[in-house]
Order: sequence, then C-alpha cells, then structure tokens
Amino acid sequence: MASETIALNEFGDRGRSISERLHDWVITVDHKRLGILYILFSLVFLVIGGIEATIMRIQLIVPHNHFVSPQVFNRMFTMHGTTMIFFVAMPILFGFGTYLIPLMIGARDMAFPRLNALSFWLTAFGGLLLYFSFIGGNGLYGAGNAPDVGWFAYAPLTSRAFSPGHSTDFWTLALLVSGIGSMGTAVNFIATILCMRCPGMTLGKMPLLAWMNLVVGGMVILVVSPLTAAQIMLLLDRYLGGHFFDTQAGGSAVLWMHFFWIFGHPEVYVLIIPCFAFASEIIPVFSRKPIFGYPVMVAATIAIGFVSMSVWAHHMFTVGMSSYGNTFFTITTMIVGIPTGIKIFNWIGTMWGGKIQFKAPMLFCIAFLFQFLIAGLTGIMLSAAPFNWQLSASYFVVAHFHYVIVGGILFTIFGAFYYWFPKMSGRMYNETLAKWHFWLFVIGFHLTFDFMHIPGILGMPRRIYTYEPGRGWEIWNLIVTVGVFFQIAAVLVFVVNLLLSLWKGEPAGNDPWDAWTLEWSTTSPPPDYNFAAIPVVGSRRPLWDLKHPEDPDWKYE
Amino acid sequence: MSSSAIARSSIESEWTLPSRGRVGMFTLIAAESAIFTIFVVAYIFYIGKSVSGPMPKGVLELPIFITVCLLSSSLTIHLAVRALRSAKVGAFGLWWFVTMTLGAIFLAGTGREWHRFIFEDGLTISTNLFGTTYYSLVGLHAFHVTVGLMAIALVLILTLLGKVKPEHSERLDVFSMYWHFVDVVWVVVFTVVYVIGR
Repeated sequence: MASETIALNEFGDRGRSISERLHDWVITVDHKRLGILYILFSLVFLVIGGIEATIMRIQLIVPHNHFVSPQVFNRMFTMHGTTMIFFVAMPILFGFGTYLIPLMIGARDMAFPRLNALSFWLTAFGGLLLYFSFIGGNGLYGAGNAPDVGWFAYAPLTSRAFSPGHSTDFWTLALLVSGIGSMGTAVNFIATILCMRCPGMTLGKMPLLAWMNLVVGGMVILVVSPLTAAQIMLLLDRYLGGHFFDTQAGGSAVLWMHFFWIFGHPEVYVLIIPCFAFASEIIPVFSRKPIFGYPVMVAATIAIGFVSMSVWAHHMFTVGMSSYGNTFFTITTMIVGIPTGIKIFNWIGTMWGGKIQFKAPMLFCIAFLFQFLIAGLTGIMLSAAPFNWQLSASYFVVAHFHYVIVGGILFTIFGAFYYWFPKMSGRMYNETLAKWHFWLFVIGFHLTFDFMHIPGILGMPRRIYTYEPGRGWEIWNLIVTVGVFFQIAAVLVFVVNLLLSLWKGEPAGNDPWDAWTLEWSTTSPPPDYNFAAIPVVGSRRPLWDLKHPEDPDWKYE
Repeated sequence: MSSSAIARSSIESEWTLPSRGRVGMFTLIAAESAIFTIFVVAYIFYIGKSVSGPMPKGVLELPIFITVCLLSSSLTIHLAVRALRSAKVGAFGLWWFVTMTLGAIFLAGTGREWHRFIFEDGLTISTNLFGTTYYSLVGLHAFHVTVGLMAIALVLILTLLGKVKPEHSERLDVFSMYWHFVDVVWVVVFTVVYVIGR
C-alpha cells in the first residue's frame, strides 16, 4: 500500500521566509491544513469562552459579589454560550472531520477543496464578527457592547426596542455567516464520503468515523438551514421593520423559539455524533478488538439522526403547549435514549474481554462513557414534562447540558486530540503530562458539574448574576467555582504538553498505535497528496489485513 | 490491498461512485429546501394574523403569465443541455438564451407586482404581517432566480465567446438541477401565497 512516499514534498518549507509560509496557510485548499486551521481557531476560542465562564463563576462564588456588573454578566453568558457552540465545538469537530475523512476513506482531498477553504474562512470571519461587537456594538447609542440576549436570543429581547445599538446585529450576523460556512462544510462532507472513497470501500466497509460524519452532514444541512432562515427573519425585523417576531403587530415570539430549537436541539446531536465517531475509532484500537456491532452502530446513528429532529419542543415545556404536544415531545425525547443506549452497550461490548491499554486517548473515552451515561440519565429526567416544569431554567439544566457538552463532547475531543496528534504533527505527545491533564480535568469536571445539580434542585435559576445568602446555595456555588480552577490547571497542562511535544516530542512514525484505518498507512504528517498510490481495501480494517496476511478480516466480512 | 493482485484489479475496474457535482447539488438543494420550508411555515402560520390592511384578498392577483414563463424555462434548459450533449452548440445557445429570457420575464413580472404594491396599494415589508411574510418569501425566491440568472448569463457570454464545449454538458446538467429546483419552489410559493393565502 501507500507506505512509500514521493520525496518531492519533503519540506519544501526550508529556506522560505515566515511570511511566505503564512501566506501558504492563508491560501491553502489542502484539507489537512484547513483541518488544522479549524482546530487551532477553535482552541483559541476555547480559551476565550473559558475565560468568560471563569468570570461568571468568580462572580457567583459568594452571594452579593461585585466582581462584575449585571450587564457584564449578561454579556458573559451570552458570549460564552454562543462562542462554545458555534466557534469551539462545531469548528473543532469540522476540523477533525476535514482532516480525517479523506485520509480514512483513502482519498487525496475533499470533493470540493475550494469550498472547504471558503467554509473555514466564513466560520473564522463569523467568529471575528461576534467578537468585534466588543468594539463596535455600542453603535451611536452608547447602548452597551457585546450581545446580552442569551445564546438562544428569545424575542422580543432581540427587537430594536430592547436591543438598541448593534450588539444583537453582530450576534445574528455572526451566526448567519458561520451558518453558511457550516452548510458548505456539510455539503463537502457528504459529497466526499459518497463520491471519493477508494476502491473496495463500500458503505459497509467505511470506518465508523466516516459513517457518523455522513449523518452529521445530513443533519447540519437540515437543521442549520432553519437557523439561517430565522436569522434572516430577525435581520428583516431589525433593519427593515418586519414583524415576524413583533407581537404588537400580530407576530409571534413563540415562533422564534420553535425556529431556534428546531436548530438548537438537533445541534446537540450534530456535536455529539462526531464524538461518538472518535470513541468508535479509539476504543477498539486501545481494546485491541474490532468494534462490536458495526451495523448496529450505523443503524443507531441514523436512528439518532432521525429521532433527534422531532424532539425540539422539549426546550419549551414551560412555554405552554397542549397536552398532546407535551406528550409527543416527552415520548420522542425518551426514545432518543434507546439508540444512544445501544451505542454505549456496543462500546462496552468492544472493551469486554479486550486487552485494554490505558493510554490518554482511551482514558478520555472511558470517562466519556460514564459521564455521558449520567448526562443521558438527567436528560431522561428532564424530558418528563412535569419534572421539567419544576426544574426548567434552573442550574439543574445547566449542569445537565454541561455534562453532555463537557463530560461527553469535550472529553472525547481531548481523546481525539491525543489520538491523532502524532499523525497531525509527526511527534508523540508526553504521556505523563497527558495523564496529569486527564486526572486534573476529571477532578475539576466532577467538582464543578456534579455539584451544580444541587443548587438547581434547591431552586437556583440560571442566568442570575448574584443571589441572596441563606438559601443553602452558598457551599455548592463555592465548590462549583473551585472545580473551575482545576479545569483551568488541566487546560494549562494540555497547552504546555501541546507546545512541548510540537517542539521536541519523539518522532511518532507512521502508526504509533498499531491501528487499523487508512490514515495510519501514510507518513506522519501525511504528504500533500496523502497516498502515493490510492489504496484498495477489502475489509473494515485494511491495515489489519496488511499486517496479518495469514488471517485477514475480508475472509469473514 | 495485498490480499491478492487479482482481487485488487477486479475491484478497481468495477469501482464506480456517484458524481460529486450531482451529490453536492442535491445536498445544496436539501439545505435550500430547509430554508424555504421555514419561510413557508412562517407564511402559513401568519395567514390572517395581520392587524391592519392591506389584506391579501384586496391586492393579490394570480400571476399566471410569469408562472407559465418560469415553468417553461425548465423545459428549455433541459432542451439546451440535451442539445449540448449531442454536440449541437448552436441549438444549445438558442435554448439557453430562451431560458434566460423566460427567467428575466419572470423577474420583471415580480418587479412590476412589487412596484404596484408599494406605490399603489401602499404595502411594504413593514406595513403589516402580510407584507413582512409576502416580501420575504417571494423575495427569497426572486433572489434565487436572480442568482440563477446571473449564472445563466455568465454561461451565455462564454457560449458567445465560443468557450462552451460538449464536455461541459455534465456541469450544466448539474446547474440545471438548481434551476428546476427554483421552479419547483415557485410552485410551492404560488400555491401558498396566491391560492391558499388569498
């Protein structure tokens, strides 16, 4: 196969000035460089979003705190949510997809390389637009910078009357622009996976990462577009005097909620399914067993994709719907638990009886399994409408979805980072530092988000900038904030590890994990053309076949 | 794969995959459909909810002529691509020009309707909910027609410069999928705005 490479690429970078190299990165259409750009962009925004979260937690550490004003607090939770969803989670997952999909399906690039570059730069521009609001949001009114309408920006808070100045415009334009970028990426993912597979790689032999990103691509197409449409409507309302969400002229604020959550809930699955994909690649390799129940995994992914489209109004139980609406959305929400449970069962089935290697990527995936299970269980609790009436918009909900997004999504992203770092950089990371990162983050995560459930049950609403003493919330808020500092320490260790390993990590070689998918058959980092000869595959684990010609997988599949 | 050289060559020779242009266009159309769905839902949801006039019944007239023009442009673009596939570049140019003319007539018809609404009936996007939903839905469609017309005009210029060859028929076929989509959307918009909403 393609282990031989042509030497012409061998770092043509030598002897070129920094500006020339930077220029290469700006004009690149190579999926690997764009993937890395996506990931670096997201890591920068991860730090920014993390700082915003820290500011909020410091403000809430004791009652009647005066660390920031209520206005700043509102901006912080709006920017934190918007940043983390649109400019951290989505682009980092798109980055991994952009980098890995062509390599895993044996292609030389994405189906539309220039569209790929356009999508990245649109996303990046969207992020800059959002943060430019700190400078330009005041407008001529002196009306406060940075959006403060919450990440789901309910009407009528976004109308001209309640959001003067430009801060809300920056919010809506940033999401519109990055949404168009996401649609471009989704088109590219689908076209690449369907049309660029190497010979022999039928749909049933694709790596699960490709399968799951195919489903994600379809979901992005169907759910980000409604958000884009809703943003256009909001812009029409704000700039041309439209009445879509203007209740005084007969418009409906509830319609915005529906449009937002038609996007907003499937979005959670848009974020978690690529993480399922990481787990489905990492767990088998470190358990030294093929994935358990491949076809069921594919079917469960598609089932999640379908069902998650019809659960959105569980965000709106407290808005007031008919009993039929409540029942429908309670049932559909609970049904999502079934295919998700099947997946957790299959990952455990993969580990069962395997020779498990507790390297950093695997540790993060194992933590993900436990934490995601708990996140799913609180999700089932919240899906019951009566329970939801009691706890909606409380810290219990905040704890629940951070359990999904941090405990599920961020943990697997860290796992994926360590797993593919040798491929992307050509160097091994430092395993000791990675373990420090893992344990500090586990401690910090559980201190923060386990204990965050309790003030929620005790009645602490989300988005309040301070609270009265004597309600029994103080100790829990203190513990939650202490956990944040463990998480900060963990991320610092992560960044140090990243820089140190880039600088003088040991050379990784082509295949440091003795893995089975095609990206490990080429050099680390891969050459511009990925594969000197396009590979031909006969099974789901082409490198296993290559390493074990006496007992190849294709005999059994 | 080193499985066997025979298997390798037989797999490679039989290996065919869908065209990425088609798949990409289908995906784009799916995304556009989702956007239009949201606008159509908003339109239907707000039928009869305007608190002040003018109302749809008083101003809307069935735009039969421009509808016929737009729908028949789907046929002419099909004929154009078919002509190009069989290497009749002249016939292609003619049908392509007819397509553009029909599309332009449609757009002019929409423009006339808007002019009448704004200057005679006093209906703008900020007048009432009907105005808001009408201009945004019909405008979103007209925007798609405009984008399509710009692409068609570009190809027409390239045709006149003699740069369009039979080997481009595949790409133009992919583009014609977009144009058909714009037509289908008009059928939906027509039904919702001019039939149900009146």
